[in-house]
Amino acid sequence: MFLILFTLSLPPAPFPSTSLLYAPVVTDQENPMKSTSKLALLSLATLLALACGGERRSSTGVTGSGGSNRPISVKGSDTMVIMTQRLAEEYMKAKPGTVVQVNGGGSGTGLAAMINGTTDLAQSSRPMKDSEREKIEKGRGAKVVETPIALDALGVFVHESNPVKELTVSQVRDIYMGVAKSWSDVGGASAPIILYGRESSSGTYDYFKEHVLEKKDFAPAVQTLQGTAAIMNAVAQDPNAIGYGGIAYAKGVKALPLRAEGAVAAIPPTEATVADGTYPLSRSLFFYSTDKSPAAVREFVAWCLTPEAQALVTRVGYFPIRGAAPEAAQTTTHAQPTP
Amino acid sequence: MPSRRPELNLGKRARGRLIQDGAMTVLFTLSGGVAILFIALIFIFTFKETLPIFTDPEVAKEANLAAFFTTAQPADELASRYVWQPTSDVPKMSMIPLILGTLKATLVGMLVACPLGVAAALFSSEFAPRRLREIVKPTIELLAGIPSVVLGFFALIVLATWLQATFGFTYRLNAWNAGMALGIALLPIVFTISEDGLAAVPRAYREASLAVGATRLQTAIKVVLPAAAPAIFASFVLAFGRAIGETMILLMAGGNAAITSFDLGDPLRTLSATIAAELGEVVFGSGHYSALFFMGTLLFVITFASNTVGDWIVRRMRRRMQGEG
Repeated sequence: MFLILFTLSLPPAPFPSTSLLYAPVVTDQENPMKSTSKLALLSLATLLALACGGERRSSTGVTGSGGSNRPISVKGSDTMVIMTQRLAEEYMKAKPGTVVQVNGGGSGTGLAAMINGTTDLAQSSRPMKDSEREKIEKGRGAKVVETPIALDALGVFVHESNPVKELTVSQVRDIYMGVAKSWSDVGGASAPIILYGRESSSGTYDYFKEHVLEKKDFAPAVQTLQGTAAIMNAVAQDPNAIGYGGIAYAKGVKALPLRAEGAVAAIPPTEATVADGTYPLSRSLFFYSTDKSPAAVREFVAWCLTPEAQALVTRVGYFPIRGAAPEAAQTTTHAQPTP
Repeated sequence: MPSRRPELNLGKRARGRLIQDGAMTVLFTLSGGVAILFIALIFIFTFKETLPIFTDPEVAKEANLAAFFTTAQPADELASRYVWQPTSDVPKMSMIPLILGTLKATLVGMLVACPLGVAAALFSSEFAPRRLREIVKPTIELLAGIPSVVLGFFALIVLATWLQATFGFTYRLNAWNAGMALGIALLPIVFTISEDGLAAVPRAYREASLAVGATRLQTAIKVVLPAAAPAIFASFVLAFGRAIGETMILLMAGGNAAITSFDLGDPLRTLSATIAAELGEVVFGSGHYSALFFMGTLLFVITFASNTVGDWIVRRMRRRMQGEG
């Protein structure tokens, strides 16, 4: 036991690895002493961290050992984190004793965790791919249950001072493919367009690539940031920037009305335009579980579709699913599976 | 040293001390061995995951050495450009923009940390009063304790805004911004090792220099600094190794755009940041997966080579310094 802890404490220490070069150069008498005491301190810190970590885990284990009260873990889409977090908080208040842990990481990460069986519930801002569904059904021998939980509008954001009033979807495509490089190309001032986007593990990235870029490649100049909040922050501080992301995150930026191909007018993202599908970039947000998921998980998902939960969804900035039933016809039209 | 153990009638305490000594020797040898074992195992694992690009034809179709280091296929719209688009319908896996990004960030980081670190070390060892020295040294060394995610966040929110307002960069997140934050992370490495090297220069050197009428500044620059050159060079080598591998600062503050540009005002994407951002979702066993591990191998080889060459140069410098060269 002692040996294991001791060796564990070795990798994070910065000094032992440098000693290769460090030792022959310095002839200072004190140094060996100093680095051993540093090492000792580090191993002590590691020990402490291990001890604390262990203790914490076991204490949640104690609360969870009452039976079905094992914590429910939700993982996936960064777009959905703020919504699921609020839902989880309300749910835990309504049902004392339950614990719902919400993690981000991106839709792809959540679905990968679902495949590996390391999460109870995956949240995804894109429909599950057939290949992913197959992996779960084959690997874990369970049927996938897809539940649309909310509607979201994917906003295209610019700085508040940007004079551009609206864009067509094909203009957005030109901008993100690097064809339109200056704001003057799309009716704005003569200034370079600074592109912000998401990492490829993001469901928002996939959705944008499929519905706006028509599966073409993003321009290499797109700066990819970790999460929609980071994009909002960057766009809010950069007068020439453009970014995209879930509408709920819009803060200090201008969400542009978009005009679809052949449409007469540009449509701003509002509840009405998202619900009737006239806003060109509306999409469903999903929870994925399996038919073998524990009852507690199914209860949580069912609760998320109740009117009070859907009211909460609206308050966070998303749009409610119409009709509480998960199989509501109007929502599945958005969820075209990728071929 | 069991062979030299004297065959004497030792007291209980002395015998106990010998046993303790032996036990500790074994323990320390074991720990050292474990560290080496870890490095070897990590390298073997990384390399093993890279192998399919040579052995598996399915993987090699997308990920191969030609794809990594040459331009995209001519049939593609991004022809004759170095492009990293691994999740595209036609995966493009040129690592040139990523290697360039890594080198750009490292360059700026070293430009910030090396002069500043050596100057601070000179000040601390040659000019600072003892009291001040005891404040300066631990404070700079404390910088090493700042998590790189904090430095990255600082660069993303504060430094980027300030740099853009002051120098009018087109891009908020660029090589200067990321490199300067990286420089802060490298500073304590350069400082600590240089300072120790300067402090280890024998007193007699300084006394001799001052005795023939040199000023303190002349002594510091022309006598002490050259005498400590091997240590200072070693600090640069270590800082370089750290800069090549640093991830979080560059992931947050570098902008992560994989473009082939030599302009330090453009955003950059490094090898390490690419691994961090993309390994989370990559399909196991795909070309993309092997390509990411190839990057890991590349980083490992670069760090290993720079440390080995650096160590060799340091030894040579020391030998020459002692008049044996």
